[in-house]
Amino acid sequence: MAEIKIIEEAKKPLAMNPRKFALWLFIVSVCMIFASLTSAYIVRQAEGNWFVFQLPGLFTTTTVMILLSSFTMHWAYVSAKKNNVEMVKTALVITAILGFGFLVGQFLAWGKLVEQNVHFVGNPSGSFVYVLSGLHGLHIVSGVVVLIVALVAAFRMQIHSKNMNLIEMCATYWHFLDVLWLYLFLFMLFNR
Amino acid sequence: MATTDIHVNTATHAHDDHSHDHGHEHHGNFWTNYIFSEDHKVIAKQFLITGIFWALIGGTLSVIFRLQLGFPDMNLEWLRPVLGGWITPEGKLDPEFYLALVTMHGTIMVFFVLTAGLSGTFSNFLIPLQIGARDMASGFMNMLSYWFFFVSSVIMFVSLFLQDGPAGGGWTIYPPLSALPQAIKGSGLGMTLWLVSMALFIASSLLGGINYISTIINIRTKGMSFTRMPLTVWAFFFTAIIGLLSFPVLFSAALLLIFDRSFGTSFFLSDIYIGGEALPNVGGSPILFQHLFWFLGHPEVYIVLLPALGLSSEIIATNARKPIFGYKAMIGSMLFIGILSFIVWAHHMFVTGMNPFLGSVFMLLTLIIAVPSAVKIFNYVTTLWQGNIKFTPAMLFSIGLVSFFLTGGITGIFLGNSAIDIQLHDTYFVVAHFHLVMGSASFFGMMAGVYHWFPKMFGRMMDNRLGYIHFWLTFVGVYLVFFPMHYIGIAGFPRRYYSWTNFETFSGFADLNMLVSGAAVITLTAQLIFIFNFFYSMWRGRVANANPWKSNTLEWTTPVNPGHGNWPGEIPNVYRWPYDYSKPGAKEDYIPQHIPYSETPESNLPHENELIKLESSGNDPIVVAKH
Ligand code: HEM
Ligand SMILES: [Cu+2]
Repeated sequence: MAEIKIIEEAKKPLAMNPRKFALWLFIVSVCMIFASLTSAYIVRQAEGNWFVFQLPGLFTTTTVMILLSSFTMHWAYVSAKKNNVEMVKTALVITAILGFGFLVGQFLAWGKLVEQNVHFVGNPSGSFVYVLSGLHGLHIVSGVVVLIVALVAAFRMQIHSKNMNLIEMCATYWHFLDVLWLYLFLFMLFNR
Repeated sequence: MATTDIHVNTATHAHDDHSHDHGHEHHGNFWTNYIFSEDHKVIAKQFLITGIFWALIGGTLSVIFRLQLGFPDMNLEWLRPVLGGWITPEGKLDPEFYLALVTMHGTIMVFFVLTAGLSGTFSNFLIPLQIGARDMASGFMNMLSYWFFFVSSVIMFVSLFLQDGPAGGGWTIYPPLSALPQAIKGSGLGMTLWLVSMALFIASSLLGGINYISTIINIRTKGMSFTRMPLTVWAFFFTAIIGLLSFPVLFSAALLLIFDRSFGTSFFLSDIYIGGEALPNVGGSPILFQHLFWFLGHPEVYIVLLPALGLSSEIIATNARKPIFGYKAMIGSMLFIGILSFIVWAHHMFVTGMNPFLGSVFMLLTLIIAVPSAVKIFNYVTTLWQGNIKFTPAMLFSIGLVSFFLTGGITGIFLGNSAIDIQLHDTYFVVAHFHLVMGSASFFGMMAGVYHWFPKMFGRMMDNRLGYIHFWLTFVGVYLVFFPMHYIGIAGFPRRYYSWTNFETFSGFADLNMLVSGAAVITLTAQLIFIFNFFYSMWRGRVANANPWKSNTLEWTTPVNPGHGNWPGEIPNVYRWPYDYSKPGAKEDYIPQHIPYSETPESNLPHENELIKLESSGNDPIVVAKH
């Protein structure tokens, strides 16, 4: 049995962190849900019999809140990179509170819609607003859960510059939800 | 640059670069090994067995309604013990139950058998084994994917036994019919359960799909570049991407339909009178639903077909003992089909009153699909051409797939013409088209896959003779069932009609319908041969060796019964593409993917020798292994 030397290398193929990658794929599928709903909105609107009303001003407030929360999320991320765990905790708490506040705001905005006599049941122009904001709200709930998971990890000292995966994924998801709302809000604003 | 010391006589050329330690065997209890297992191979078998169960149910339902169509005067009293109240006092099938049967048959076959049963089984089983991974990217998500499917199955199954019967609005569940419980029995609780079940099914598909994509991209073994992946893996990859992009759209459609049904919104409903009473819904658009549905629906037919095409590519190359013809063209055509599948959906809606100009655009796009489809058929035939063909049952089923794909695809070109479709829409011509091109082709792909990979799944061989009988009965049976439907369809015979004997025009087709129904009964019965073969071979079959088909792909380098983690030692590296069959000069007619070029100097092509030279950095002579 001869000992020989073989000089033929099997190259390592391209690879990313499978979990982060899976998160991006999940984001793609969420995008498809909202893309299909907003295109349904346009198709339906083009057919006429479309009741026109003003979006509640509260949506502007909630939009500002969620934009702010993206900043605090980023702050948490940067702090984690700098190993500043206390700051991570603070930033995550503020982000979660802003997220929760956003939800409350959206709910109050629904109340305003009802006051304008725009109900979930009625002309699709109104129903769509409820469906879009409601479904997005549901995703925000999941986002807040992720924030809490990250917060618990931060308390257990599991988030630091050597262990960024969780907070990176959390930030990606949260920024995505932020951008998603911005899209929905502008979409509804300009497609009255 | 890595250099590897190896011993000439050892078969492993291995690196293990995956840090997580799956190298050891997992010993769990019954529950973690067989029920809540995270091993992709066990999950695959769970999908397979559930799929087979559903296929039997779906097949039985179709035979029941074929009895009604083929033998309208038959007394079905003998079915009363099973169907109970669904048999009328005159011994006939209840007309509303007929609709429910058609609906459930379609739903079960398209989603539960040919999506979950096919993709779920083979993507799960083959992706990690063929790309050289220990398991899926996330075993837990993979397990969830099966259990979502399981719960979805249970709900759909329960709906079969409801007082009012299961959903009855067709597998496409068009509103307003499906939205109004007052309309038919099948739009009541049955429809609600259908929607709930499908929502879970979508979650299951997405969990599975995300995992497949993430696994294929991120945890291939060393050397497994994209251009060395087997076509099976390519097919599963495209299937998963198509699913990821289209299933969420079905979810949207289902969600809005749920709101319309249960909360009183009017997304799809407007100006409807029932019994002279106007419904409160105004402003909805039923056509909107069709757009949403078919945006999923058309890609879905490719979700069903592509895995079957991938499986058969692999099987045909292996058993023709020839490299697949046009490997890159095969990938390219699948990609092209995948892209096109998203922009042709409105060919299902030519007669909804859409703008004729728009119709022409969709017609053009639809007809373009014929090009990549033809490329695939051409490549199958040229792969077979002058091959040293081994007619195993799997090979026969693969060739059968090519045949069905061709006959069924050609009628697609008829249907794709918006003018001809006015006559053919919603007739048996459409039924013939999609049962051949989608139903039978994919079913044959699935069967081919089971026969071919059975030794890897269960460590034993299936019986060949029973396999041949199963193939020929099914192959001839399928053509006898679906070919006559073209004629009935061109004559204008509408699909989903319970009875046609009252129409003078159609009574001439009684014989043909009888033939179809008779063939359907025989074809279904023939499947029992398969079921017997499958379960018998599982326990009693001939024990398989590690590579019974002399195949090149990595799964055949595992032990006969691979444990969790797949390779007991290190994961093999990959040095070549998977189709080095009958390479001129080679000692044997196959060279597995894990054999380096430096070991096969006798068969290397000049550019492959270059590869070794290049890497020997310098002028040292290439060392040749002597066996
Ligand atoms: C050459 C390629 C193809 C063309 C041009 C084509 C065209 C069409 C058209 C125009 C229809 C609508 C007919 C009608 O309802 O009036 C149709 C129906 C259908 N096609 Fe194809 N098709 C092709 C290939 C396929 C393939 C490969 C599959 C599946 C793997 C498939 C599955 C179906 C199904 C399931 C339906 C009927 C759905 C239903 O109404 O229940 N087709 N096809
Ligand atoms: Cu189609």
